[in-house]
Amino acid sequence: MEEQVQKAARAPGKLVAVVEALIFVADEPITVKLLAEVLDEDRESVQSAVESLKDEYEARESGLQIREIAGGYHIATRTELHEDVRKFLKTRPSAKLSLASLETLAVIAYKQPVTVPEILEIRGVQSASAIKTLLEKRLIVTKGHKETVGRPMQYGTSKDFLIQFGLNDLSELPSIEDFEDLVT
Amino acid sequence: MDQEQEQFTFDFKTETAQIVAESRDELKLTLGEFAGPLDLLLYLIRREQANIFDIPIATITDEYLKYIRLMKKLDIAVAADFLVMAATLIEIKSKMLLPRDPAEVEGEEIDDPRRELVDRLLEYEKYKSAAQMLYERTTVEQAIFSRGPIDSDDNNAEINASVFDLLTVFQKIVARHKDEIQMEIHREEVTLADMLKDLKRRLGLSKELNVLSFFEEMHTRRELVTAFVAVLEIVRVEGVRLTQSKTFGDIILRMA
Repeated sequence: MEEQVQKAARAPGKLVAVVEALIFVADEPITVKLLAEVLDEDRESVQSAVESLKDEYEARESGLQIREIAGGYHIATRTELHEDVRKFLKTRPSAKLSLASLETLAVIAYKQPVTVPEILEIRGVQSASAIKTLLEKRLIVTKGHKETVGRPMQYGTSKDFLIQFGLNDLSELPSIEDFEDLVT
Repeated sequence: MDQEQEQFTFDFKTETAQIVAESRDELKLTLGEFAGPLDLLLYLIRREQANIFDIPIATITDEYLKYIRLMKKLDIAVAADFLVMAATLIEIKSKMLLPRDPAEVEGEEIDDPRRELVDRLLEYEKYKSAAQMLYERTTVEQAIFSRGPIDSDDNNAEINASVFDLLTVFQKIVARHKDEIQMEIHREEVTLADMLKDLKRRLGLSKELNVLSFFEEMHTRRELVTAFVAVLEIVRVEGVRLTQSKTFGDIILRMA
């Protein structure tokens, strides 16, 4: 019986290689679940293959890194190399969101699901255009109507939000109460 | 490396809006971006180095109104929310000027008219800090690059049949029908709406439809044109895909 298991599974080294290839070609962070399904392996083996791949990259100080984002794995260049990479790509860093949009996004991220009037209450200013921008950039999504007077639409952050802000999940955001210490 | 960046560049710590009064006669202004009235208010309180729990409401109100007048003078549209805050400030200021009600029982907690405003400012400031944190995260994320999308059937299916492919099919059919086209004038032409309805019905029945055979059913040039437009329209409006398995092959309309 043991032999059968051996047959079905790839050799550990082979598994690491194919996991690396799939993480590389995936457009979005790829989950262990999906990797296991595609490769027909159990999740534990895939998980340990990912871990050893990460370690390997670290150990040889690779120019690439395996990042854990939005519940999946993603391959990208190492942060420290940004100057040379930018020089080659001829891009400059630029803020993609206005101050108003960032503030609105912060309120939505921490208060979700949240309605437009609730955002207005906190920010003290209409946020309609900021919400439109965030929807267009797919950073937020609608989360159904709130069962209250007028049934206002509720908003929450999207998977793209996690990806663009390099978060594995929402719990990785610092607690909003932590910002209290910075106040005053 | 930081000069001349894109439109939205700001440093939360140093570059909050600044109203700089220069010497000489002219007033030089560096108008930064205030995210809202609470933002402006926080800025003014900090500039006055005032304690947020004990806001000198008269001074701050004056400063706030001065700023709004300045905005008006410079023809910057003052958002209604800024005016609402101005009214709130004036209300608080006048409440504080009023003598206390002598009938009030001594020792009873007297509500500070500034209390609600302070609470809102503190709450807002937390989210302002959170926005700063998000901003910092984006700058870190911008130092990390991943590869661009790889072509696959999934992200490229619709492009398989281009407008030119459609036109080629169209021309093929027109050529085939050349001899058959009759010179009578039909009054009762098929309308685009009818054609669309028919197309939708047939797609609903069979899920996919060969564009070539659909065009071939048409008898007149006019009908053909309408059918062609209907195909374009249904692809644009409905979730219908045009696919072509090989170059110059048949084009299939398929329900997405």
